[in-house]
Amino acid sequence: MIRHLLSAADLDAGTATEVLDTAARMDEAIADREVKKLPTLRGRTVVNLFYEDSTRTRISFEAAAKRLSADVINFSAKGSSVSKGESLKDTALTLQAMGADAVVIRHPASGAPYQLAGWVNGSVLNAGDGTHEHPTQALLDAYTMRSRLGRVDGLSVAIVGDVLHSRVARSNVLLLSALGAKVTLVGPPTLLPLGIEDALASGTEVRYDLDEVLPGVDVVMMLRVQRERMEDAYFPSAREYTRRYGLDGARLRALPEHAIVMHPGPMNRGMEISPEVADSPRSTIVEQVANGVSVRMAVLYLLLGGAK
Amino acid sequence: MTTYLLKGVSLLGRDRTDLLLADGRITDASTAGAEVIDADGLVALPGLVDLHTHLREPGREDAETVESGSRAAALGGYTAVCAMANTEPVADTAGVVEQVWRLGRAAGLVDVQPVGAVTVGLGGEQLAELGAMAGSAARVRIFSDDGHCVADPRVMRRALEYVKAFDGVIAQHAEEPRLTVGAQMHEGSVSVRLGLAGWPAVAEEAIVARDALLAGHVGARLHVCHVSTAGSVEILRWAKRSGVRVTAEVTPHHLLLTDASAESYDPVFKVNPPLRTAEDIAALRAALADGTIDAVATDHAPHAVEDKECEWDYARPGMLGLETALSIVYQNGGLDWDQIAERMSRTPARIAGLADHGRDPVPGAPANLTLVDPQARWRVDPTALASGSRNTPYAGMALPGRVVHTFLRGEPTVFEGKATR
Repeated sequence: MIRHLLSAADLDAGTATEVLDTAARMDEAIADREVKKLPTLRGRTVVNLFYEDSTRTRISFEAAAKRLSADVINFSAKGSSVSKGESLKDTALTLQAMGADAVVIRHPASGAPYQLAGWVNGSVLNAGDGTHEHPTQALLDAYTMRSRLGRVDGLSVAIVGDVLHSRVARSNVLLLSALGAKVTLVGPPTLLPLGIEDALASGTEVRYDLDEVLPGVDVVMMLRVQRERMEDAYFPSAREYTRRYGLDGARLRALPEHAIVMHPGPMNRGMEISPEVADSPRSTIVEQVANGVSVRMAVLYLLLGGAK
Repeated sequence: MTTYLLKGVSLLGRDRTDLLLADGRITDASTAGAEVIDADGLVALPGLVDLHTHLREPGREDAETVESGSRAAALGGYTAVCAMANTEPVADTAGVVEQVWRLGRAAGLVDVQPVGAVTVGLGGEQLAELGAMAGSAARVRIFSDDGHCVADPRVMRRALEYVKAFDGVIAQHAEEPRLTVGAQMHEGSVSVRLGLAGWPAVAEEAIVARDALLAGHVGARLHVCHVSTAGSVEILRWAKRSGVRVTAEVTPHHLLLTDASAESYDPVFKVNPPLRTAEDIAALRAALADGTIDAVATDHAPHAVEDKECEWDYARPGMLGLETALSIVYQNGGLDWDQIAERMSRTPARIAGLADHGRDPVPGAPANLTLVDPQARWRVDPTALASGSRNTPYAGMALPGRVVHTFLRGEPTVFEGKATR
C-alpha cells in the first residue's frame, strides 16, 4: 500500500479497487455491530489539519478515524498559532513532535500536502488542496457509482461546471479514468482549462453543450459554481449560467432512466442544480456523504493499519 | 599595483598566449617583476556583464547585500552587474541609485551599475525622475520597473521617448498584468494537472509586441527582460527585421528548466516569468545562437529561506543565478567561447553603456576579465554559494566549466576559485 494519499494519480486501478472493496467491508462490519466502532487503529493518532473551513470534510474524516478507534486531534487554522503566522513547516514539525501517525490536510494552496509529506514521518492524506485535488472525494464518488450502478468500468460520466477551479473534478478525472469510466467535462469554455483533454487522462472529452451530452451518460456530476466567478468574467450572469449549464427538471428527464445525479456539496441550489433535481430519488447527494465516511475509513485503515 | 602575468591562457578558447596586467589594463609592456600566474589552458573571457541582478539592498539585506551579491557575481566570472530597482525603498531617485552605486564601489568586487525605476515606487503611473538618475554619480542608463510591467501603454510610450534625451533604454518586464492575475506557473498541461493558476505565454508576447511597435513608432531603445516564450522570439525577430531598436535577454534557467519542475511543488522552481516548455527552450536557444536574443542575463533573485520554504502560492518568485550562469550557458547554450563572450559580456556591456567592460582581453583593453577552466566540473552546493540566499534550482547538479580567476581593473577579485575580499 502507498504511504500517502496526495493525488488520485497515486492510485492505480488495483489499489483504488482495494480501497473500494475495503470500504464495502467496513460498511458491513459496522452494520453488524451494536457499537459502531472497530478497534483497528486503537492507539494511533490522526490529526485533522484544516487551513480552510470545511465542516463536512473535517467531520467525515473525524467520524472515520473515530470509528476505527484512533485518537483524533483537530487542528484548525482559525484560533491556532497558524493565524499568528506560523509557517506550514513549523506546524508540520510540531505535529511530528507530537507523534501524529497520519495528518489529514485541507489547504487553500495547491500542493501544500506534498510539502507537508516532506516534513513529517507519518502518512499525509490530502483532504483538498487549492484547485488541485481531493482524492477521497473521488473515491467516495466511485464508491457511490459502484453501489448504485454496480460498476465503474465502462460508465459514461459527465462532470459539469467549474472544472477550472475544481479539485473534485481533477481527482475524479484521474480516478474514474483509471477505473475504466469515460469522463466528459462540460461547461462554458472559460471554466474548462485549456488542454485538459490530455492533461490528466487520455480519452477525456470536453463538450460545451450540456443538452447534447445528457442523453448518453450514466452519471452526471454537478460541480459547485461560485456566483462571484461572474465578476471575473467567466460567465455573464448567474441566470445565464443556470440556463446553459444548470441541471433542472427538464434536463433530468433527458437523462437515461438509470442515470444518477451527483454533487460533492455544498450545493448552490438554484444555480447549478434545481431543488427538484437535488431532492429527486436519482440524486445520490446524501448517500455520497455517508459513503465518504466508509471510504475514508478504508483509506486510513490501508495507510495506517496496513503499515503495521 | 601588482603586475600580473597570466601564462598560457587560451584567448576566447582559441590561441594560447600570455596576458600582462598592469595599471588596470592589459599591456604589452615588459613582463619584468610581474607576478606569474600559471593559467595554462584556462579560457580568458572579457569579464561577464549581467544586465539583470537583484542585489536586494537596501531593504532585504537578510536575502542579499550589495557585497554578498558582488562576491557571488565575481565568483561567477562577472566584472559588472546591473542592479535592479525593486529594492525597499525603490531605486527611483538619484539618492537611492547613488547609494547602491557607492555600496558597490565599497565592496569593490564588481562594478555595480544601478538600474533606475521607470515609475515612482514601481507603481506604473508617474515617471520617476529619470533625468536626475541619469545625471547622478551612478550615471543610470537602464530604467526598469522589473518585477512589474510598465503596463499602461501611454506611460510606456512616454518613458521610451523621454530617455532618448540621454541615450537611455527602458528594460521591460513583459507581463500583461490582467492576464496573470494570481498566476503561479506556465499555463499548460502541467498547470492544469497541478491546479496552479496559469501564466499564459500570450501575457508576455502581447507586451513584447506592443512595446516593439511603440519603440518603433517613437524611435526609442527598448530592451526586453527575460524572454521566455517561442512566440516572443518570433515577435523580436520581426521587430529587428523591421528596424526597431530592440534588444533582448534570456536567463540561464529559461534555457534549461521546464514547467515540469513544478511537479515537486518545490517553490525553488517558482520564477517570473515562469519556466516554460521544451519547445520554448529550443526556440530560446536558437534565438540566442542567431542573435535574435542579444544577451544572457541572470535575473539573480535571492530570497530568504522563509520566502521559499512554504506553499508554492505564497512563495516569492525568483532563483539565484550569478554563480551558475556561465556553467549553465556553457553546458546548454550551444555556443562557443567567442559566442559566450558576445552574449554574456560584449553585448550586455554595450546595452548597459559600460565602456570599460565587454572588451576582449587584448593589449590596450581594461583588465576586466575572467579565466575559466573548461575541463573542470563542479557540484552545486547551495550552502557553499557566496550569495546571502540558497534558492538555486541547480542544487546537486554537476556542471561543467569553473571560474578560476576574475580580475577587475587588473586586480583579482577571485583568485584560484576564492573571492579575494
